Amino acid sequence: MVKVEFLGPIGKEPIEIDAKTLADVAEILKQDPEIKVWLENCAVAVNDTMVNRLDVELKDGDKISLLPPVCGG
Amino acid sequence: MVLIYQGPIDVDQLLSRWYNAEHNRNYGAMVSFVGTVREEGGIEALSFDIYRPLLEQWFDGWKTKLAKEGALLAMAHSEGDVPVHKSSFACAIFSRKRRVALEMLDAFVEDFKANAPIWKYDVIDGERIYAAERSTPMAGSGLLSKEG
Repeated sequence: MVKVEFLGPIGKEPIEIDAKTLADVAEILKQDPEIKVWLENCAVAVNDTMVNRLDVELKDGDKISLLPPVCGG
Repeated sequence: MVLIYQGPIDVDQLLSRWYNAEHNRNYGAMVSFVGTVREEGGIEALSFDIYRPLLEQWFDGWKTKLAKEGALLAMAHSEGDVPVHKSSFACAIFSRKRRVALEMLDAFVEDFKANAPIWKYDVIDGERIYAAERSTPMAGSGLLSKEG
């Protein structure tokens, strides 16, 4: 199982899912209309490292973070 | 390390602290920026969420980049509510000569706006409203909306 956390304004509690790659995570998250609307604008980190490929392999206990558009200052 | 304040930054205390820590280390320039919450759109405050692990990584990247120029970087940001006319963001760059600090401060603040993992909300009548239209998608956004 991997943990998916939704940062900032997404306002959803973390979930645990079965996924072997980020592509699997994408497929599962697209099933939830509340989350699907955020996917287009969210950056992704795996274990606090930013990633930009869907074929990133995941292992048990990994943490995936969804980061919506930012505005500090 | 980024200094995180719960609520507004005490600007007097912070800038004195930064200046006093570095002025006798032969930096010829200290250039600072302080961001203050403006009163507009009926807001009573801004409010912020921060994701600290990635904020620290992003900040460390900038510290390393500036160190190669012989410069030193300091930054503070608020978490939670910051009322209008109070300050939520401050940074300072120390360098041997002014040019490096002046130029790098601009680049740093621009990148901060685009890539620091901080989320802003307007506070109106006590309600926290995500500032979606003023926010910027981070580099690499949209990965999970692509077809595998």
